[in-house]
Order: sequence, then C-alpha cells, then structure tokens
Amino acid sequence: MITWPNFVSQLFNGLASGALLALISSGLTIIYGTLGVLNLAHGAMFMLGGYAGYVAYHATGSFTIAVIVGAAFLIVVGGLLELVVVRHFYSRPPEDQLLVTFGIGIVIVELVRLGFGSLSKTVLPPSWAMGVTPMGFLIYPTYRIVVTVIAAAALAVLYLVLYRTRLGMIVRAGIEDSGMVGMLGINVYRVFMVVFGIGAMAAGFAGIINAPVVSLTPDMGDSILVETFVVVVIGGVGSFPGAILGGLISGEILSLTSMIDPAYSEVMLFAVMTLVLMLRPQGLLGMPSRE
Amino acid sequence: MTALLEVDKINSYYGDSHILFDISLYVERHEVVALLGRNGAGKSTTLKSLIGEVRPRSGRIVLDGTATLGLPPHAVAALGLQLVPEDRRIFGSLNVEENLLLAGLTAKSRWKLDRVWEIFPRLKERRRSRGTDLSGGEQQMLAIARALVRDPKIILLDEPFEGLAPIIVRDLLATCRMLAEAGQTIVVVEQNISAAMSLADRVYIINNGHMVEELTAAAVRDQPELLHRHLGV
Repeated sequence: MITWPNFVSQLFNGLASGALLALISSGLTIIYGTLGVLNLAHGAMFMLGGYAGYVAYHATGSFTIAVIVGAAFLIVVGGLLELVVVRHFYSRPPEDQLLVTFGIGIVIVELVRLGFGSLSKTVLPPSWAMGVTPMGFLIYPTYRIVVTVIAAAALAVLYLVLYRTRLGMIVRAGIEDSGMVGMLGINVYRVFMVVFGIGAMAAGFAGIINAPVVSLTPDMGDSILVETFVVVVIGGVGSFPGAILGGLISGEILSLTSMIDPAYSEVMLFAVMTLVLMLRPQGLLGMPSRE
Repeated sequence: MTALLEVDKINSYYGDSHILFDISLYVERHEVVALLGRNGAGKSTTLKSLIGEVRPRSGRIVLDGTATLGLPPHAVAALGLQLVPEDRRIFGSLNVEENLLLAGLTAKSRWKLDRVWEIFPRLKERRRSRGTDLSGGEQQMLAIARALVRDPKIILLDEPFEGLAPIIVRDLLATCRMLAEAGQTIVVVEQNISAAMSLADRVYIINNGHMVEELTAAAVRDQPELLHRHLGV
C-alpha cells in the first residue's frame, strides 16, 4: 500500500541516491570525455573511497578527517593509475582500454578483499548527523539529508572548478578536442592525469559519504558502475550537467520503482535508458559527436 | 644563414599508406610560402607533419635551430609553430574570449586581447559568444587569432579561405597580407590559387606526396603556365 508519507520519503531517497549517482557519474563522464577512455575501474574507485574513509575513521575517530583523507587518497590513486597504466593505452583500440581498466578494477577489489576480508564493514555517521529529523508528516533519517547536501556541495565545487578556473577551461576544451588543446602548447598528458585523479576522487568521495548509509563490501562498486554508465548515457557522454540531470532522474527511477516492486527498479532504469537512446542518441544534454 | 624552418626529406604515413615521399622545403624569416597541389596531394599532411600531429617516420625538421621531428604537438607549439587547421577546430563550448585565453595560457610572449580586437573588430563584438554560435567566417577569424595570440614564429594556415563567401575571403586576405607586411612568417595551403598567389613570396607544388616544383611568386606572375602544368588550371 503506497501512502503519501511513504511516497514523499521515497522521493527524498531518490534525491539522495540521485545526488550520489550524479557525483560518481560526473567523474566517469569527464574522464571519458577528456581522455576517451571508458574507466571500468570507476566502481572500484567508489568502493576504495569507502574503505579509505573507513581506515581513516578508525584511526582518528573523526568523520570529517575520514572524508578528507579518503578523497585525497583517491586523487593520488587516480593520478598514479593514469600515469602508470592508462597512459600507455591511449593509442590502443577501445577494447584494450576496456580490458585494462576492467583489470585494474578486479585487482583493486581483490586487494581490498585480501586486506579487509569479504565481511562487510560499517562506518558510523558523525554524532551530530545521527537519528531522525521530523519533517512535517514524516520523519526522515538525518544523515540521508546530510549526504544529499554534501553531494550537492561537492557537485557545486566541481562545477566551479570546471567553469570558473583555468584548469576547468582546459578540461572543457579537452572534452571537445584534446588534439587541438595540445596544438595550443598545452601538455594534454598532464591534464589527463589531473582529470583522471579528479574523476577518481569524485567516485571515492561519494564512496566515503555513502559509507554510513550502507555496509562496505569489496564488490560494492559493481552495481554502482552499471548504474553510473546508465546515468552517463541518459545525460549525455562528456556532459557534466548531463551527469547531474541523469543522476537525479536515475535516482528517482530506482527509488520510486522500488516503492512498487524493488525487483523492477533496474529494469525501469534500463527501459528509460533505451527510450533516451531511441529518441535522443547523444543523451539529454549531450552534444552530437564531432567524428 | 640558415632558414627559420628547414624540412629535409620527411616521409609520413597514415597507417600503412605512404603519404609523403621525401618532402623537403625551407621557410625564411618574414616569408610567406604557399603549398599548392591538387586535392589529396599531401599538403595538409605536410602541415600536420610539421606540427607533430602526424609523426613522420624519417627525415629531419629543424625549427629555428631545434630539431622537432618526433616531438608531440604541444612541444612543437612551445617552440613557436602554430597550425590553423582546415576545419578550424574552434572550441564550441568556450566563448571567443575563452578560446583566446586558452591559447595564450602557455605562450612565452602572448598578445594582449586588445591587439586581437584591433585586427579582428568583429571578434570583439562577439567576445561573449560561444564558438558554436559563430559564422564560418568568424570561426576562421577566431582560428587565426587563436594562433596569433601565441605570437608564433611561423603560422601554418590550412585552407583558410575554403567555404567562405567571397566578401569574407577578401577581408581575411587583406588581414593576412597586413600580417605578412608586419613580418609574420606564414605557410599557407590553399586551393584558391589566386588568393594564395596574392600572398605568397614563394610557392611549392606538391603532387602525389612528392615535391615537384619550387617557384618564386615573381616567376609565376611572369609565366603563369608554370602552374598550369602541375595543377591543371
């Protein structure tokens, strides 16, 4: 039986998971847009962020420090992966790039499993964000509201970096035509490394702030990776605003369908993606590609 | 004295197909050199080989005393070479001013925007417009301005007048002539032979990836049939 409070509460859940999906997807979409590499290790970055936060949380007892340390760790991991592995695959066929990033994902998941075991780990939300918040006719978990706000703030920071800084200008130009950026004297490989780091950090950051909502397991990134692809396809590959719109739409689809029957939530997501692909192949906010 | 740009027997390929065969040429400081030839002769590939977008498998390219063959485009650009590509490749999501700022970011000495606006007043009017909203002529102006901002030693123009209305071609041509008179070294590839000849001091003719002729502009003016033989015009 669907009640009004139940519906509104699911709407909020959709917003929370949508904001998280938007954050993770924006990382994937700027990496793909700039480097042309579809990063199949992106789900592993999300998971790794959660575990990095878990370690920092248990070492310091501070959730804030956990978030900072986890995000910083992921930007380093992302940058190193680009420098050591991904960089050597730019001139290789796409299937090689898919295989190598898929491989990186497996290695990271198994390393985490080796270090932490397969049993789930939990991270507690900060004490000020525990409990529930009364919201008129329903009460809602406080931390879910906090997650939504933090994810929205992170997206706002990403937006400012992309649209108000020199680095952002280079990245936006690189998403369109990285070859031309190079011909203007800019070392695109250095930019690629930074973009991969920022993209991984977006996923990792989402992984940490999401940790108190879920339990951490080494393979938690798998399903997120699939959902993230769908978000990017719906929003438009390489489009940052598209990732946000696609994330919010997908979050609501998953959440509202779950209210009726959870078994169909992913089916609905793919149905909507198919519809978008049929009516607007470049995605809702994507630009038709140059080539 | 050695030339500003010396190209010695470069061979370039697209995959397995051999496109350029032992192409040699030189460009002096303050000179305007035109590369002429039929469609598919290898003119654009020559320019791409100079900037490093296509990497020649053999030969030598020396720009102002530095060997550049094998360097990535950003390193060649840093040494003072700028390509204005045939399809312009303006960043559509960036506005006119951002396109110019981006180009100037890593330049050793960069033009002030006012200097660009002086040459291209139209771009000043459109400074807040996104690249996708520009007309073809405006895009071409921006593409040339984007190269000039970096104060390059040599600017490579790949078919700058292609697909533009005659009146725009006339204006752009006047601008290019003004730049040349101010001492800008230019290499231009162009199908519009009269436009190219009105700029060039010297002409190279490329045919099927081979360099077949080198002529001074004066010689072509005296004996236009020299061009006819190779270009069929």
